Amino acid sequence: MLRLAVDIGGTFTDLVLEEDGRSWSAKLLTTPAAPERAVLEGTRRILAQAGREAAALGLVVHGTTLATNALIERKGARTALVTTEGFRDSVEIAWEHRFEQYDIHMERPEPLVARPWRRGVPERVAADGAVLKPLDEAVLRAIAADFRRDGIEAVAICFLHSFTHEAHERRAAEVLAEELPGVALSLSCEVAPEIREYERASTTIANAYVQPLMAGYLGRLESGLREAGIAAPLLLMMSSGGVTTVETARRYPVRLVESGPAGGAILAQAVAAECGLDRAVAFDMGGTTAKLTLLDGLELQRSRQFEVARAYRFVQGSGIPVRIPVIELVEIGAGGGSIARRDALGRIQVGPDSAGSVPGPACYGNGGTEPTVTDADAALGRLDPARFAGGSIPLHIDRAEAALTALGADAAPGVAEIVDETMASAARVHAVENGKDTAERTLIAFGGAAPLHAARLARKLGMARVVVPVGAGVGSAHGFLRAPIAYEVVRTRHLRLDALDVAALEALFAAMRAEAEAVVRLGAPEEALVETRTGFMRYRGQGHEIAVPISRLEAGALRAGFDAAYAALFGRTIPRLEVEALTWTLALATSRPLPAPAADPPPCPAPAPAAWRMVLDPATGLREEAALHERAALAPGMTLAGPALIVEDATTTVVPRGATARVNALGQLVLEIAA
Amino acid sequence: MKDIRLQVMWNRLLSVVEEQARALVRTAFSTSAREAGDISAGVFDLEGRMLAQAVTGTPGHVNSMARSVVHFLREFPVETMKPGDHFITNDPWKGTGHLYDIVITSPAFHQGRLVALFSCTTHVVDIGGLGQSPDGRQVYHEGLFIPLLPLVRGGVWDESLMRVVRANVREAVQVEGDIHALVACNLIGERRLSAMMAEHGIADLDELGAHIIERSRAGMERAIAALPQGAWDGHMRIDGYDTPIDLRARVTIAGDHVAVDFAGSSPASAYGINCPLCYTEAYTAFGVKCIVGAGIPNNAGTLDAIRVTAPEGSIVNALHPAAVNARSTIGHMLPDVVYGALHQCIPGRVPAEGTSNLWNLKLGAGHGMTGTAEAGRASTPFMVTTFHSGGAGARPRQDGLSATPFPSGVRNVPVEITETVAPVVIWTKEYRPDSGGAGRQRGGLGQVMEVEHRHGAPFGIFATFERVHYPARGREGGLPGAAGRLTLADGTVLKGKGFQVIPAGGRLVVEMPGGGGYGPPEERDAAAVERDVKAEFVT
Repeated sequence: MLRLAVDIGGTFTDLVLEEDGRSWSAKLLTTPAAPERAVLEGTRRILAQAGREAAALGLVVHGTTLATNALIERKGARTALVTTEGFRDSVEIAWEHRFEQYDIHMERPEPLVARPWRRGVPERVAADGAVLKPLDEAVLRAIAADFRRDGIEAVAICFLHSFTHEAHERRAAEVLAEELPGVALSLSCEVAPEIREYERASTTIANAYVQPLMAGYLGRLESGLREAGIAAPLLLMMSSGGVTTVETARRYPVRLVESGPAGGAILAQAVAAECGLDRAVAFDMGGTTAKLTLLDGLELQRSRQFEVARAYRFVQGSGIPVRIPVIELVEIGAGGGSIARRDALGRIQVGPDSAGSVPGPACYGNGGTEPTVTDADAALGRLDPARFAGGSIPLHIDRAEAALTALGADAAPGVAEIVDETMASAARVHAVENGKDTAERTLIAFGGAAPLHAARLARKLGMARVVVPVGAGVGSAHGFLRAPIAYEVVRTRHLRLDALDVAALEALFAAMRAEAEAVVRLGAPEEALVETRTGFMRYRGQGHEIAVPISRLEAGALRAGFDAAYAALFGRTIPRLEVEALTWTLALATSRPLPAPAADPPPCPAPAPAAWRMVLDPATGLREEAALHERAALAPGMTLAGPALIVEDATTTVVPRGATARVNALGQLVLEIAA
Repeated sequence: MKDIRLQVMWNRLLSVVEEQARALVRTAFSTSAREAGDISAGVFDLEGRMLAQAVTGTPGHVNSMARSVVHFLREFPVETMKPGDHFITNDPWKGTGHLYDIVITSPAFHQGRLVALFSCTTHVVDIGGLGQSPDGRQVYHEGLFIPLLPLVRGGVWDESLMRVVRANVREAVQVEGDIHALVACNLIGERRLSAMMAEHGIADLDELGAHIIERSRAGMERAIAALPQGAWDGHMRIDGYDTPIDLRARVTIAGDHVAVDFAGSSPASAYGINCPLCYTEAYTAFGVKCIVGAGIPNNAGTLDAIRVTAPEGSIVNALHPAAVNARSTIGHMLPDVVYGALHQCIPGRVPAEGTSNLWNLKLGAGHGMTGTAEAGRASTPFMVTTFHSGGAGARPRQDGLSATPFPSGVRNVPVEITETVAPVVIWTKEYRPDSGGAGRQRGGLGQVMEVEHRHGAPFGIFATFERVHYPARGREGGLPGAAGRLTLADGTVLKGKGFQVIPAGGRLVVEMPGGGGYGPPEERDAAAVERDVKAEFVT
């Protein structure tokens, strides 16, 4: 089947077309005012490139940062909140904390809905679901009149304990639908029916805030595709790593944030399968950030906690929390454009601020004067000035060096070492928080800057191997085509394992299955489905739940599952303590078998280097000649010894002294790094 | 390149203690440890000088844990330490200020050689005695006191000691779990340190330690030397338990260090709000460091640059056997006192006074607390603590943060979680209008919480609230924030301190204080005033 993937990023719109193992790719500048323009133009172009008709397309998979950008740039709908009387400030009070201990100038992010549009309605449900105060519809109608007057375009409804008792939110939605026809409504009992009022309200508001925008965009995109003669179904990439239908995307657009990185993680999963890697780390480093994801037994780590628009050096707690299914990854403000400086103690600090694409690193010659990671890479000799970004950006090494002089001696190797150490620290802390270790894994590197830093990062993390996949520059779009059609449903039901009502739990999961199936079947009417159940449990008295995979709905099995998960995370269990569960999820996905490991190709001799370049190795401080190879000139079975640089349009792979690079059967570069 | 290599290793040490701390937060049982990050982890050289400390939620351990390692070394000299040894204490004067904090210190070996010490501390769920109350008169009332003792020798646990612990605390399994977590946390540190030393091919931490301490000391010295030199006085009166307390600080900027002396402060209280010097030092140093050298990591080099003294027997240097359980009541107020002096030295750099003291709701019911079992009224015993805050002081160019703690770094507990685990209904949790002190920059708003028992039964509150009689003052013409109030819905006024019972069917109304304003109110930007009125922050 001829399948198209389109990934709209902040700067570029990437397209990948695939059919029976062949693929084509295209990269266009994103058209922010009307993002569908770049999509439609790119589609036309890539089909022409492949010589195929629009009608031949069997599937279009699409991911976009549109929702994320609307949240970051505060360009969503005029949104209001209806909540329980006495709680209209929950979304502003947030966690009542300072996320930066020593900064007395710290500010918390402004809520998406200002106080005058956050309105309380008399109503109250207790934790056990009992109604303590009925919904006052007269007050609600008066509030609706104010919203009408103020031209409100979207309303989030979030009452306390609505995950236990939905009736008040549903009735309020009926009333508001009567009073405010055409206004988008998001109910917390549908968007995020999970305990913790701040996170639930924040998620519901974010959904409402981007809904009108996303509905408009998806409508225009659908009709544009139709006019272009494309009859193929359109599926949307979600942050969970699954894809879903346009209908679902329109209802729950908040689930589409962070879809690009999810695509990258899915690609890494496929690469891990092809290379037979049991334990890996996906490493995506672009212009402004680096993202790291752990892969164990080909499984991606999943989570329900994510923060959009972290405003403060990517510090946890400085963004808008959303409770949606996501692929767990750690994001650091370290990319090619990250700016380096010396702090008050004379220590080099890198990022998190970035020179972006305008003016960009000093070596772009577009007016940037502050030294960046890319400038350090250029000054180290890692970049061929004529080949950067396929030759489209000629590099000025002298400007990189001039910018770096501001940092004093050993600036270039210093910046490279510090940025690699920063990423390594983040990866190690992330691993320990998940009860894991980074040592003896394989690093899968993609994104423009990752192959430049992968070998050194791997060494710092105790890894001996790096894989650089084919087409690393458009990795996310490649991942989209490997994603299953999927949907995850969540419910909070507080239960103690030693007083477990199995029948009630069975009924809960049956209802969740029905909800998930209704969504998944829209996109996959016939296919076999895989169901995954998870309980979020803790010892009674603790504040954080851990995810426990559920095999059987029975107290003993749940306890055993909890013990195993707890021991895996924390290395011990506490036998005599009672266990309670708060939240349950059910994920339903089409079955997408992962590729089988590819056999090693027979060895064959590597070609002579295309050129030689002087390269400085920050690990040793030694400068020596490195062999320059065009990646396109390398064939499966060839092995090169470092020091070498392997150049392609979107990136360069650095092979340090002591390491070797081998091309496997699928054309992926496999670096073996001596300890 | 040597300089870069040392910087990389320094960063790695910081990452090691960060890993240690995160592991501890995730496994902790007490609310304050997991929600407030009331834990600490650090690595020390063989003389007990701290080289790196994790940045955690509460500053109460900033220096206190660092000092405790020296006490351990005095009792257990390094040459007697063997692999598999771990030492314990919760001595408020040699640890981190009250019995609830257990400190574990462990030697770390690399290739068979002792190279460093790891230390960590966490606030446990219970330590026996009166529990969470500030009502103790002596430390003997406040629970189990563990002097500096070996806990594990050569990998063998002292089972007798653990039996004593289990017999003296209310949640034995959880406390034991936390002690195991502390030991495990130091072992993680040892493993990671050893891997780092192997990677960089170093046999000891001498060169790295000297580099860290010298760099940091020099950084602090530069920051301090840039300030006007001299001495300035700060004074603040606070509610106290039963009588007002005066806190006085003389801040001396003296070339390479800042000295803070609390002479003239009130004597120790007869109740558990007293501060051992180690805890006074922690919050004082934290307050100074937010203003001077904020970006410099904590270690022995920065520690030496801020010298804290206080008269013995004063409330900020309370001696054994004074009761110290709620020592944070005083500790949290100390940065405000220091800022009062610093403001004269460096005008325009420090915030106005804030609520500072936490307005945590410690609620409970049970036999002997809310009366004995009443006829016809079955009341389930419960205990619950939730973390909440009033408004912070206005900053010189920014409004104060509303409902946000400073200097503490706690996080709140969601209302839905509280109501799920305890039989209470919180009817209101909203900003308190007009509570922020007026000024060119407005003080942060407090919040109002209203609480009832879910089934109308009586329940009690352990109050440790400040700023009820003496509100947070403004600076440079800014007005004070609103005072806090603790009442019942029927108008009955409750005290700010001590255990009190809300009768059957009653509703507790907690109005948290606001922060002080900064600058004259008439200079406030018209648009900001309009915004405040529209938001009903000001009526």
